[in-house]
Amino acid sequence: MKSLAEPKRWERYFWPTLVSALLLVLWHYCVIWTNTRIFPSPLDVERGMAELLRENVLWSDIADSLRRVAIGFGGAVILGVPLGLLFGWYPPVNQVVNPTMQILRPISPIAWIPVSIIFFGVGDSPAIFLIFLGAFFPIVVACVDGVSNVPSVSRRAGRNFGLAPWQLLAKVVFPAALPQIIVGLRIALGIAWLVVVAAEMIAVDSGLGYLIIDSRNSGKRYDLVVAAMLLIGVIGLTLDLGFRRLEKIKSVRWGFRDES
Amino acid sequence: MLPLMKPFVTPAALATKLRVEHVNMVFNRDGDSTHVLNDINLEVGDGEFVCLLGPSGCGKSTLLSTMAGFLSPTGGDIRIDGEVVRGPDPRRIFVFQERGVFPWLTVEGNIGFGLFKLPRAERERRIAYYVKMVGLEGFEKTYPPELSGGMKQRLEVARALAVNPDMLFLDEPFGALDSITRLIMRGELLRIWEAERKTIIFVTHDIDEAVQLADRVVVMSARPATIQQIVTIDVPHPRDISSPHYLELRDGILKQIGLAHKL
Repeated sequence: MKSLAEPKRWERYFWPTLVSALLLVLWHYCVIWTNTRIFPSPLDVERGMAELLRENVLWSDIADSLRRVAIGFGGAVILGVPLGLLFGWYPPVNQVVNPTMQILRPISPIAWIPVSIIFFGVGDSPAIFLIFLGAFFPIVVACVDGVSNVPSVSRRAGRNFGLAPWQLLAKVVFPAALPQIIVGLRIALGIAWLVVVAAEMIAVDSGLGYLIIDSRNSGKRYDLVVAAMLLIGVIGLTLDLGFRRLEKIKSVRWGFRDES
Repeated sequence: MLPLMKPFVTPAALATKLRVEHVNMVFNRDGDSTHVLNDINLEVGDGEFVCLLGPSGCGKSTLLSTMAGFLSPTGGDIRIDGEVVRGPDPRRIFVFQERGVFPWLTVEGNIGFGLFKLPRAERERRIAYYVKMVGLEGFEKTYPPELSGGMKQRLEVARALAVNPDMLFLDEPFGALDSITRLIMRGELLRIWEAERKTIIFVTHDIDEAVQLADRVVVMSARPATIQQIVTIDVPHPRDISSPHYLELRDGILKQIGLAHKL
């Protein structure tokens, strides 16, 4: 979206901050007006977060969640990108594999929880497996689409200069598809972060998802629950912003012309 | 034979580079068949500059793609240096409209794209040479989205020339440029052609462009395309585009195109 008048620098930060602040105020007064004893106010949450920091559990929970995402998402990238490129490169292979993938793809990773516990028992492995599943399909689909959207002009130019098929894939098709692949990776990372929290509620005893479920179960500490929720949001945003920096790399920036 | 010494070249004076023999092209799609090329016969001499001129959609680009080996004719043969064309070849480079440059590579990267088999020093020497030839000094590290249309087109020509091909196929290369840039690019192309003497097949629907550039203009009919007439432009470069003879040739082609449209 681009309006005619570029917003001034301070406006870009001021208005979003104001919206967040207003929501906090609204939340605060809602808690007061309703006289709730269960739901925490922003100040309760802040105290809860300070308590978590003091007890030093917070950093290890964050680290555990991030580690699971790194392994699960990393595995999905390592396996998904080459497979996606392959399927996109050989349409006949894609025609054979695609129906199966389209059946597996809409199954929420959450639905896989029981099955993954049978496969991997309880611990890190089922959680990582779920993250892998959540990230894998969007990555494959983005790569297949990316490859099939490479303009025929680029392929022809590559062939014209005498490139062998694998060189054409490495030097033309992959760089041409890369912007779309990066978008797919970004979406997949978002999904991975969603899934890790869900997975940690069931299969493991550490991480931000576990922190939420544990705070509720041991003494209904809803201040800690909401503190963990907010942290999940902030970390998710940070991951996404970090990933968006990839779009600024010069050799892919051409693919993001219209995004502001 | 010293083509550089001649003010213009005639096919009779040159060894045959390209021979198109009874080429037919029929596209089948969804049960419909479209007859695009109808019995095309053409000879092009070594070092000659030939324009394929015809109405939009007549099949001239199809003919060019067939010559370049991207498409196989459904009938007939295309021979280059006596050999039947079986696919694209780095000795014959196809220049698309400016879309052909690779946006993920810098100017240097694009020009060096076809030079991956050369040792590094030689590659860099050639890149520098062709950057200079097409006037892109100072833009070596620039990515195509930051170049103007004319610069992108020059870049693509440089990328083609860098592999030292004997033939260039140009498919309406200046079609997307504004009219002033287009005029400049024509001059640049002639300058490069006179220096390097590649055989050039140039597709255009612009009559003035064809008459300004070509040794011979091949006028094609509407689909299914046949060769309607071949006009030799026996005017030496640089051409005086207001001389009576030039205008006579141009009007002759205009009439032919009028017939092609059956107006």
